Amino acid sequence: MMSKIVSCISGIIFGVGLSVSNMINPGKVLGFLDLFGLWDPSLIFVMMGAIIVSAPVFFLFRNKNKPLFADNFTIPTLKSIDKNLIIGSGTFGIGWGMVGFCPGPAISSLALLNTYSVFFVLSMLGGFLLTKLIDRIIIPTQ
Amino acid sequence: MNIINFTPISAFAGGMIIGLAVILFFVGNGRLAGVSGIVNNALVSKQNRTDNFLFIVGLVLGPIFYVFFTKIDITFLITSSLPTIIAAGFLVGIGTKIGRGCTSGHGICGISFLSARSIIATIIFMITAIITVKLIG
Repeated sequence: MMSKIVSCISGIIFGVGLSVSNMINPGKVLGFLDLFGLWDPSLIFVMMGAIIVSAPVFFLFRNKNKPLFADNFTIPTLKSIDKNLIIGSGTFGIGWGMVGFCPGPAISSLALLNTYSVFFVLSMLGGFLLTKLIDRIIIPTQ
Repeated sequence: MNIINFTPISAFAGGMIIGLAVILFFVGNGRLAGVSGIVNNALVSKQNRTDNFLFIVGLVLGPIFYVFFTKIDITFLITSSLPTIIAAGFLVGIGTKIGRGCTSGHGICGISFLSARSIIATIIFMITAIITVKLIG
């Protein structure tokens, strides 16, 4: 039960952070990505603010046995810089630069009842499903 | 280089709030708040499905609470056409699934963990995004 409350509250706080920083706004994000035009460096300050808060806590808790409301920590174990990481991140960046939406802000912006947000999120879900399908067909399961 | 619309204080404050969400999810549930992973898992995996779903509900509630309590309207501007939106959504879905992370998972959580994978991923998606904006902007 507690893990469910924590999940929901974490999501709410995350969404508030996206609103305060205005990263929920694709126009604001594109301003950051327009490095060679009229540049808005704000996004880098958002990342710095988040990392300054979370990094020390990760450092302190990473050797603890258990989180408060779950049996163990679930942290990605992959270490290798592989082809998937490079191709995947490169592809994500292209989609991100086309509109200014990444997954968090896109989902959060559904609150603003904008039709474009709905189309973006549905396409993104389509992308997840398509990749899962391709994964099954051509890439052997690890 | 011309700097415009720079809002360092609200950006840093909003970032710290996002950091709070990340540490709550980590210390409470032992998980990293990477949004692409959470959404993808809510869609394709039965494990932690309710938690993932509730995180997503929270993400949508966040802006509503923000507007309700601050009475400040959220500036929101999309100038892309519908076909571009749909194509971009697909690329973001495919890319974050193959690369196992997005701006939150790699850019915030991964970098906070000093993960080399995430640092490389973040550099790559920043570069391709900046190039995309340069080409189509």
